[in-house]
Amino acid sequence: MYAAAVFLPFIGFLISGAIIFLRIAKHAPQGGGHGHGHDHAHGAHAGHGGHDDHAAHGDPSLDRAAQLVTCGCMLLAAIAAIFAFTNVVVNGNTGAVEIFTWIDSGTLELSWALRGDTLSLAMVLMVTVVSSMIHVYSVGYMSHDSSVPRFMCYLSLFTFMMLMLVTANNLLQLFFGWEGVGVASYLLIGFWFDRPSANAAAMKAFIVNRVGDFGFALGIFATYMLFDSINFDTIFALAPQKADAMLHVFGKDYHALTVICLLLFVGAMGKSAQLGLHTWLPDAMEGPTPVSALIHAATMVTAGVFMVARCSPLFEFSDTALTVVTIVGASTAIFAATIGCVQNDIKRVIAYSTCSQLGYMFFALGVSAYSAGVFHLITHAFFKALLFLSAGSVIHAMSDEQDMRKMGGLYKLIPVTYLMFWIGSLALAGVWPFAGYYSKDMILEVAYAAHTGVGQYAYWMGLTAAFLTAFYSWRLIIMTFHGTSRADEHTLAHVHESPKVMLIPLCVLALGAIFVGFSTVDYFVGEHYEEFWGKALFMLPTHQALEHAHHVPLWVKLSPLVVGAAGIALAYFLYMFRPDLPGKIAGAFPAVYRFLLNKWYFDELYDAIFVKPAFRIGHALWKKGDGAVIDGLGPDGVSYVIREASKKAGVLQSGYLYHYAFAMLLGVAGLITWFLVAGK
Amino acid sequence: MTDFPWLSVVTFLPLVGALFILFFSRGTAEQVARDARAVALWVSSITFLVSLGLWVNFDVRTSDFQFVEKFVWVPGLDLAYHVGIDGISLFFVLLSTLLTVLCILASWESIQERVKEYMVAFLILETLMVGMFAALDIVLFYVFFEAVLIPMYLIIGIWGGPRRNYAAFKFFLYTLAGSVLMLLAILAMMYQSGTSDMTRLLTFDFAPSLQTWLWLAFFASFAVKVPMWPVHTWLPDAHVEAPTAGSVILAGVLLKFGGYGFLRFSMPMFPLASLEFTPLMFTLSIIAVIYTSLVALAQEDMKKLIAYSSVAHMAFVTLGAFAANTQAVEGAIAHMLSHGFVSAALFLVVGVVYDRMHSREIATYGGLVHRMPKYALIFMIFMMASVGLPGTSGFVGEVLVLIGLFKANSWVGAFAATGLILGACYMLYLYRRVIFGQLTKDNLKSIGDLNMREIAVFAPLLLLVFWMGIYPETFLSAMHVSVENLLERYHSAIAAHGAATAIAAR
Repeated sequence: MYAAAVFLPFIGFLISGAIIFLRIAKHAPQGGGHGHGHDHAHGAHAGHGGHDDHAAHGDPSLDRAAQLVTCGCMLLAAIAAIFAFTNVVVNGNTGAVEIFTWIDSGTLELSWALRGDTLSLAMVLMVTVVSSMIHVYSVGYMSHDSSVPRFMCYLSLFTFMMLMLVTANNLLQLFFGWEGVGVASYLLIGFWFDRPSANAAAMKAFIVNRVGDFGFALGIFATYMLFDSINFDTIFALAPQKADAMLHVFGKDYHALTVICLLLFVGAMGKSAQLGLHTWLPDAMEGPTPVSALIHAATMVTAGVFMVARCSPLFEFSDTALTVVTIVGASTAIFAATIGCVQNDIKRVIAYSTCSQLGYMFFALGVSAYSAGVFHLITHAFFKALLFLSAGSVIHAMSDEQDMRKMGGLYKLIPVTYLMFWIGSLALAGVWPFAGYYSKDMILEVAYAAHTGVGQYAYWMGLTAAFLTAFYSWRLIIMTFHGTSRADEHTLAHVHESPKVMLIPLCVLALGAIFVGFSTVDYFVGEHYEEFWGKALFMLPTHQALEHAHHVPLWVKLSPLVVGAAGIALAYFLYMFRPDLPGKIAGAFPAVYRFLLNKWYFDELYDAIFVKPAFRIGHALWKKGDGAVIDGLGPDGVSYVIREASKKAGVLQSGYLYHYAFAMLLGVAGLITWFLVAGK
Repeated sequence: MTDFPWLSVVTFLPLVGALFILFFSRGTAEQVARDARAVALWVSSITFLVSLGLWVNFDVRTSDFQFVEKFVWVPGLDLAYHVGIDGISLFFVLLSTLLTVLCILASWESIQERVKEYMVAFLILETLMVGMFAALDIVLFYVFFEAVLIPMYLIIGIWGGPRRNYAAFKFFLYTLAGSVLMLLAILAMMYQSGTSDMTRLLTFDFAPSLQTWLWLAFFASFAVKVPMWPVHTWLPDAHVEAPTAGSVILAGVLLKFGGYGFLRFSMPMFPLASLEFTPLMFTLSIIAVIYTSLVALAQEDMKKLIAYSSVAHMAFVTLGAFAANTQAVEGAIAHMLSHGFVSAALFLVVGVVYDRMHSREIATYGGLVHRMPKYALIFMIFMMASVGLPGTSGFVGEVLVLIGLFKANSWVGAFAATGLILGACYMLYLYRRVIFGQLTKDNLKSIGDLNMREIAVFAPLLLLVFWMGIYPETFLSAMHVSVENLLERYHSAIAAHGAATAIAAR
């Protein structure tokens, strides 16, 4: 069952990949259509490039087949995941499913395997359920697109890679899934490859992630150096013994686990778009909306959170690393929330919101409340996917308009979407009894209950961000759905509620956004904690934040609700009742407004520090280094010297007798002198 | 079948084919060309199939040389025709025989002039390459090693691009300059040890001071071949001017001569000097990774870009070899193999569009995905393999090298790992400019996708890239014992010397 849940999406990917090429063969311009028995080994990436311009409206029967196959596989995978989850978590049959050896070199022994513990299974269940809903939704959303099979193919590839990531039993397989989702997201962000902005965003996502992966890779190497293994079972078992071990890296001895955890966390920062490495996420909104929902809200970006939780037996022994995680998480939470308040692109608001929520998850991890972080990860997956897909529904209705300044007054026209937006936003803002309430409250409580300086920092940042979250969520709702419409008549005439195939997945996710919170809270962070998690997460007995969180003062428990309500109220006041005010405020503080609107100028900064110099240096090294210096002193220089020398030597051979006679005379004189001087 | 002279057959079958083409082709120029192609394809395919027999019959449990054949050549000097392979050389022989077949297939239509001579050159080249990897007599090795230059020089100089003379001259000058020193070193080794038998030289302890000089002489030759910074500038020029198949062999096999040389000669024969010069190797390789990656970013010519990326990738090989632990050395070999598949494939990828448009300028292209989806897919896969995506062969070599290297020296490991980022930058940037975007250029509007012959050329490489990425054990298991043997020799020689100096110091 477990293997089925993981590999069914892969099968869907292979079949839809084959369909892409069937379609090309059918519409081959040269008529040389060959059945093209595509080898599975190549099929393994058959995702790419199935776009054919000639058949602009695609091939309905093949498109339908691709949709059926991928959605079918995903739904079956979700069912299989439910069974697998029951088997492992409820019946307690933990243990890994070995597939076959991967790499075996000296003491480095790695297998392809599926890890069977609560953390993996919870993630598998979430990923398959959310992903299958997004697959179904895509059938409707992408119905006007010319490359349906390619889109479905990429989605399935992504899901498979994500599943490989969360089921990994060693760090390198985790890295496989990690990079695999990176490629899939690269393909999906750049799905509309005619747009230069989409291509640039895709590249940026891949490269910024690679910067994180650089740290992750070094973390893996350091782990191997310390433990002589990178299999989870081995390193987790050995970690307590190595708690005080030193590692000689970078010319000095450092606390081994701190080095490892910090390096791994760099990877997590890249994938989860934390402060500094977040720049790719807003740009990634260039991809079709289901992609944003699947990758940039529900699954991939949470991989960093998952990874830190998975490595909790390592992080627990490094207070420094945990402190860094807390600070980065809390800072990201507030930073992204401030930007979210001024963005005008509906998807970018949600993207920054995701960034901010990931910050919450991280500071929960940082105070050792891993389960709270993962709990928020799961609830967030449902309500954020819901929000994105609802945004997609708005965009679909508005004929691909994403700018909220050109929306307004839509609530009567698309009531179901409007309702969905409310559910998603209530969950996001953490209003009782929606899912976000349980997880977000828990996170703020554990931060407070950590009783540390960074814990307090995280609590206050988180609380402020909660206020901003509520504010920008309702700013979005009001700007989009209320007031008078600012869209042109043509667009407005076309506004329609989305088809059922899009609305049903929305409803399923909405149910998740409502019920996942209170139905599971006792298992994730409550009284059934022990039996639910088993050995999947690890906390030192001295790290008591989770325990203390249940006994925080009442004002700590209530304040998230209060600031949430305040944020909502402020949004209503500013955008509903006094819509002239926001512009005046922005006008009063132009510098602040521009700073926020331009996302703290991170992109400009990186461009000036990294991108432009890299090209300049590259060019200089090529022309000056290779051309002038190496070739100049090397082959070209040598041949030049020889050529010039032989020219000079040629001049000597003038043909005039007196030249030769003179030279001879000089020679004779020289010889005699030498004999006279040296011969004595 | 142990009596069957596997290695000699694999080595000399192509030569027989070449002679056959040379002496028995008759008729009009067209017929000659057709026959030459057919014979070359048949002969190289059969050679490849026979070479698979080497793999099938290879015993992975021993580090001894296998399929050994020995005939005295010059009795007075103890020179012999002595060949054999172990876990280190096995796959290079297979790589050579495979790539030759693909090269001949890839040249099917693009070479229209002097086809007979072209095919003869490739078959002779195959003999020399296989002979180089199989040779167990140091003089025999030298003969093959040097002789390879001749057909390669001709391939670039005759069938190359407009600046072929400059490129061929540069290629020849660089490689020959290195080899002269190596010849002197070989003579010195024979004088010292009294034998040219590599199996004996591998365990002969040269005096430490002599090792230094011998090492440097071999280094001069191998560093040019790899090529290491700063003697790499011949490579971009040679690649740019060489015909596609020439680039494939150059990148796929010839660059491996250097890496193979370091593992076969420098490390086991001069272990003390190797240790002494490890910082030099690390420094030059690190510079190569960063320097050439940045240069690659600035390229406007596709072939030059891939040539520079080759320099960066091969630096991982030298890093891995000199990190001298199991993972790094196995990684270095795996990386050489992978680079053999991937860089060969990338040059073929460039060749595909060059055959159609006769331009290598990146700016000539753009939006090819609209007309060439299959091409875009194949390019994508090899690009990802080149940037070391897990699941492809590129990852296995790279990660093994890095994991071993980091253990040996974390600074070097960290600097080398920047290749992960830089590699992605230049490859994705290239891909974006060539494949993505709108198809606006008029002359590209009728460009055709891959035909069956081209797919057949790529198919084996695709298979290998994924095979080695997902189940590398097939390849690694054959190297384990030989690599262990090599490292055992390397470390015990160093330890013995350390003990000896400790006693002397007492």
